[in-house]
Amino acid sequence: MSLTKAGIARRLHDEMGLNMREGKELVEMFFDSLRELLGNGESIKLSGFGKFDLRDKEQRPGRNPKTKEEIPITARRVVTFKPSQKLKARVENHAGSTEQ
Amino acid sequence: MTKSEFIDWLARRQTQLDYSDVDQAINVILESIAGALTAGERVEIRSFGSFSLHYRPERIGRNPKSGEIVSISSRYVPYFKPGKQLREDVNNIEENSGADISQDTELASE
Repeated sequence: MSLTKAGIARRLHDEMGLNMREGKELVEMFFDSLRELLGNGESIKLSGFGKFDLRDKEQRPGRNPKTKEEIPITARRVVTFKPSQKLKARVENHAGSTEQ
Repeated sequence: MTKSEFIDWLARRQTQLDYSDVDQAINVILESIAGALTAGERVEIRSFGSFSLHYRPERIGRNPKSGEIVSISSRYVPYFKPGKQLREDVNNIEENSGADISQDTELASE
């Protein structure tokens, strides 16, 4: 069981009275916009939640795990997410978990 | 870009909602994600990525100011795994299948 775009759209419906179509559009627009901005090299800091940041990685040696063939891992830009102190504090005592 | 700049940017992109509605909607979206994680639930957003919790076992740490040794209890930390489309958009180049180290099952759990 996991939360998806549809589940978030439902929350927008329940809490703001948007209909499900409007909610879905807004959720799509939210994530598409984050993706577009990150794609344009813009990092985004959402206070109270966390920061989506970009890191440029240099080329490094790699290996095809199946064939063991050595292939360089090309230089690339990657997204990282740094959760805010507030979010970290909220989830750290997720004590009810059975995953331990 | 800050949250308020992002709200501004989104508000200009559409005509149905004004700034304060977009502001509220973004807070509902972020709270949905944070609430799910707090309940130990995964969040899977197709074409963007997934949020989940990672377990960190108890460890011995040090107070950087006093140098005092302290025990840091086990905990969960939020983790974000970018989806395939986000990785490609950010990297701006076609992923080279030969050198791609990522295991491309976007929605598979770890």
